[in-house]
This record gives sequence, C-alpha cells and structure tokens, in this order.
Amino acid sequence: MRLLPLALKSLRNRRFTVALTVFTLALSVCLLLGVERVRTQTRESFASTVSGTDLIVGARSGPVNLLLYAIFHIGDATNNVSWQSYKEIAALPDVAWSVPISLGDSHRGYRVVGTSADFFTHYRYGAKHTLSFAQGDAFSDLYDAVLGAEAARKLGYRLGDGIVVAHGTGRATIAEHKDKPFRVAGILQATGTPVDASVFVSLAAIEAIHADWQYGTRLPGAGVSADAARKLDLTPKTITAFLLGLKSRVATFGVQRAINEYEAEPLLAILPGVTLQQLWGLVGIAENALRLISALVVLVVLAGMLTALVTTLTERRREMAILRALGATPLTIFGLLLLEALLLAACGALAGIALLYLALAFTQRALLDGYGIAIALTPPTATELILIGGVLLAGLVAGLVPAALAYRNALADGLTIRT
Amino acid sequence: MNASLAAVLPFRETTVELRDLQFAWRGAAPLLDIENLSIARGERVFLQGASGSGKSTLLGLLAGVLLPQRGAVRVLGNRINDLRGAQRDRFRADHIGFVFQMFNLLPFLSVRENILLACRFSALRSQQVSERGTLAAEADRLLAALDLDPALIGAKAVGELSIGQQQRVAVARALIGAPELVIADEPTSALDADARAAFLGLLFAECQRAGTTLVFVSHDDSLAPRFDRRVALAEINRAALPVRSARAAGR
Repeated sequence: MRLLPLALKSLRNRRFTVALTVFTLALSVCLLLGVERVRTQTRESFASTVSGTDLIVGARSGPVNLLLYAIFHIGDATNNVSWQSYKEIAALPDVAWSVPISLGDSHRGYRVVGTSADFFTHYRYGAKHTLSFAQGDAFSDLYDAVLGAEAARKLGYRLGDGIVVAHGTGRATIAEHKDKPFRVAGILQATGTPVDASVFVSLAAIEAIHADWQYGTRLPGAGVSADAARKLDLTPKTITAFLLGLKSRVATFGVQRAINEYEAEPLLAILPGVTLQQLWGLVGIAENALRLISALVVLVVLAGMLTALVTTLTERRREMAILRALGATPLTIFGLLLLEALLLAACGALAGIALLYLALAFTQRALLDGYGIAIALTPPTATELILIGGVLLAGLVAGLVPAALAYRNALADGLTIRT
Repeated sequence: MNASLAAVLPFRETTVELRDLQFAWRGAAPLLDIENLSIARGERVFLQGASGSGKSTLLGLLAGVLLPQRGAVRVLGNRINDLRGAQRDRFRADHIGFVFQMFNLLPFLSVRENILLACRFSALRSQQVSERGTLAAEADRLLAALDLDPALIGAKAVGELSIGQQQRVAVARALIGAPELVIADEPTSALDADARAAFLGLLFAECQRAGTTLVFVSHDDSLAPRFDRRVALAEINRAALPVRSARAAGR
C-alpha cells in the first residue's frame, strides 16, 4: 500500500491550512538559514577587515587594544610611536611597504586619520580588495581630505565641499581647527570596514593644524595661518601606529620579534588575522544568541504544525475509520500521519530555501552598500544542509505526536465512526 | 493461503460462525453473549437490532477489529480471534467488504479512486480483478451495474454526489475484487423508501452474481422480508437486558 498519494491528496484537500503551515515553516526556515548565512559572511568580512597587511605596530599595550584603536578607531592609544622608530623599522630589509597612521582628531563624530597616500594603495580588505575611489582622488594638496563612503553619505558631502576638523575625538568637541579648513578631494567606495567611517588627511596636514598647538590647547597669540603653515617643517614627531607589508610572509615572525624587542622604545607588533579572530571570540556570543533564537523560531513553528495536525485529527476520525474498514492497520494510520508531517516539513524547508534566495537576490545590493556585508548567491553550504536536515528531523519528531494520537484513536475507534 | 485453507476445512459452506461468544467493553457488564450464529455461504442475512443493542460491536467482532473475551469468531473457516492484529487487518482487507451508514467515502479522492482504494489495501482483491481486466474497468463495470454512469461520475469529487449515489459507490468499493463477505451497517437509513428499495435490488443482484455472503444490519424491520433470513440480535444475545442496552446506548 503506497501511502504517499493518499497523504498528498489528503493534504491537497486541506490546502488552505496546509499552505499556511508551509508558509510559516518557510519563513522560519528562511530566518534560520538567513541568520546562518549573514553570520558566516559577517564573520568572514570581519576577519578580513584588514588583509594584505602583515603586521600592525603601535606602542606596547594589548594586541586587541592595538587592533581596536588602530583599525576600528575604538578607544585611544595609550602611547605614541616616535617618528624615528617608525623610519628605522620601515627601513628594515624585510619590509616591503609601510603606512603610518595618526589619530586624535575627528569631524562630526567621524575619526580623522592622518596617513600617507600609500594607505590607499596598500590597505586591503576582504579577499585582497584594494580601496577604490567613487569620486575624486587621493590628497594632492596639504588641505585635501578623502572621505569614507559612510562618512560622505551620512554627512552629505560632495567633492570640493569644505570641512573643519575638530580637536579630540568626542562628538561634542569644542575646539575646532577652524583656521585651516579642508577640501573634500576624494570619496571612497564602500568596503564594509571601518574605512567607511573615516576621514583621511595627510600626516603633514595633521602637523599643520597643530602647528600652533601645544599640550592639547592652542597657544595664545601664536596663530599660524593656513598658508604660513605650508612653509613649516611638517615632518611629524610621533604617530599613533603603522601598518607593515613584508617582502615575504616567512619573515613575519622574525620582524615581529625584532619589533617587540626593539630597544629604543616599547613597541608591539601584531598579526591582524590572529587578533581579529581573538576579537571575534568576544563578539561571537551575540552570533550564537542569534542562532539560538532562529532555531527556537523553527521549533515554535513546528509546534504550530503539530497543533494544526492534531486539531485535524478530530475531524479526520471518520477518514481513519474508513481506512481501517478497508484493512489499514493502526500502524498504517500512524505512518500516514507521520508522512504528512514529513511532507509539510519538507515543503516548508524547500519553500524556505527558495524564499531565502529570493530575499538575498533582492537585498544583496542593499546589504553591500548599507552594511558592507557581501553575500554571494552560492549553493547551500554543508552547515546549511545540516540545518535543513535538522528541520526535517524535528518535523518528523513533531509528527510523532499526531501519529501516536491517530494510532491510539484507530485502536479505540475500530470501525465506529465518531465525529 | 486463506482460499486454499478454506477449501480443505469442513466449514467451507459456512462463511461466518460464532460460538460461545462473549464480549464486554472494558469495565462494563457483558454486552454480547451469543451461543451460536452461523451464516451459510451466499446467504443474505438481515440482522435486526435496536440502537445500542450491540449491533455495531458485533460487526466489529466479525471484522476482526474487536476481540471477544471468550469464544470463537470463524470467518471462512479461520478463527480470526486467534490471528495477530496486523493479520486480522490483512484478512479484513482481503475477504470483507464494509459499507457504513453514511459518509463512506474519502472526500479528497474521486469516485473511481475511492472504489480502487479497496484494491490498494489488498493485493489479493487487486489480483482477482486484474485476472479479468484493468482495475479501472472493473470499477466502471460495478458503477454501471449499480445504476451509476461511470463516464459521468467516475472522475467526480465525492461531494458532488447525492447520498444515495454515495452509498452505491460504497457498495461498489465493498464488492470490488469479490470478497467473500460483505457487511453493511444500516446502509439505507439515510435513503428514502424508493431509493432504499432500488438500493437493495442492486445490492442483492451484485452479491448474487459474485456469490457473496451478505450481513445486513438494520433496526428497520420493514426490509427484512426481502432477505433469506432474519436474525434478531435480542433473540440470540443472552446478555440482552434492557438495562444493559441503555448503558451501551450511552457509551
């Protein structure tokens, strides 16, 4: 006796409630897989916030701390690195390139990063993507600024606009470098990294705006005009951190040791990939919470399916009695109900996958632009297949309840039709 | 196996035999206590009983869905109360056609699919039909014999049929594959007098053609004269007392 056609036709007969059940299941499966996909993609893009940089160097503190302030612009450096040390390390034979970073100023809540134009050629993110300019170019004049995509979009800047840099990093800074305004020379493409929320100026510009400053305040009466500042020696005395690219990755640990044992001042060199993983370990609790919640949603929906199946049992006792009269064993009835639950779960899972790809296809662009999360329309991963298998298994387990009830009814009712 | 078994057993001319049968629902007083009831092959028996007298319970025992506490239920020579559950279900599928009072058909299957459902559960009946033609052709032949136009209603949904038509489709399903015994539980109670008479005529004709034994249960004695024999449950049931009947009715 093949139960499948019977189960299918019975489900089709109840197509409205069945469609509702499948639809809610599809939504929950879509949520489960969507969370999984966004989670892995987020982790991947996080882990590759900095790629292609072999070492990040700053004053000695903790690795995560250095990564947080140098790359994510969270918190402040405890100490600076002398320009002298920077030049010496940059000149090591294994070093291919170096990019200095000087932090400390901000513009309307966005960090101002003093760096060299090399930043735009050497900084890599994701799968070794380089930064590219949406508009304009890197700085050519002393008072040129380059904006990250988010900073430009949120603040509504266009090329040629003037901006004033504020001293300090708080949102409510009072002291502004009003006498030396910058011009927006370039706007970067979105990257999904902290670069998007940064304002880049040259190191020399950082020196220039602080020419008449000492110990964190403006020296009274010692005003240096914007043009006068151009004529000063704008070589910085200190920087906050710097990025290093090596000629060969084999040299990484040697150079790292050399920097960590550097005698002139206490420095710390970190491997960005390793420290990013450590940092993700801290953030990871949230991702597990997300997974847990989406798994719970699936369970709740399956409980709903169970309820829907159980409530139909009363009206289907007649159907069961007819099948029993035709020779169906109680076990057949059990199998029929279990098969229906499995079919519902399978339809829900399939529809959920379809819904996920549909949603991804429509939101792919927005996710990349708005959040920098690049989600590719790739086939389901092994983890996702395991999740789908888990949903089917849970559906089967949920189906055991109505199946067992129908089995019990079938034994008790016999051929008596009860309604 | 049952066909060959029946051939060598001395009961070959007896389709149904109950002996010293006792049945009680759990925790209740005995509902049925029947010393002897035997129904010959091809016989058309009218089993009369009031509501709650234990008619349906008796049919459950005949069909092998219920088991007696004592005694034997023999159908086609097989002591079916000795068979295991799944074997009894199999036996029922192979040898017994069942017609309920009403709502015999699955609403989500077409008329033809409903009839063929009996063959789906029984390889034996399916095979018996296949020896002479296709399953669909036999279903259509039965529909035509029962005064229903197969071309017109074969593919129809069950809900589009009148009650009388539905009952005749149920008869077609009970008869397909020529089971030896057909049990009908008040199949005409939802029909008017004319339809009832026509229904009985068609049912008898088909049973006769296939040599089928018919056990027809009803509380309506006016139908009894058309049967070979009338059996009143109250007369053969030694447990039939008014008090017990009332209790059973309340169950």
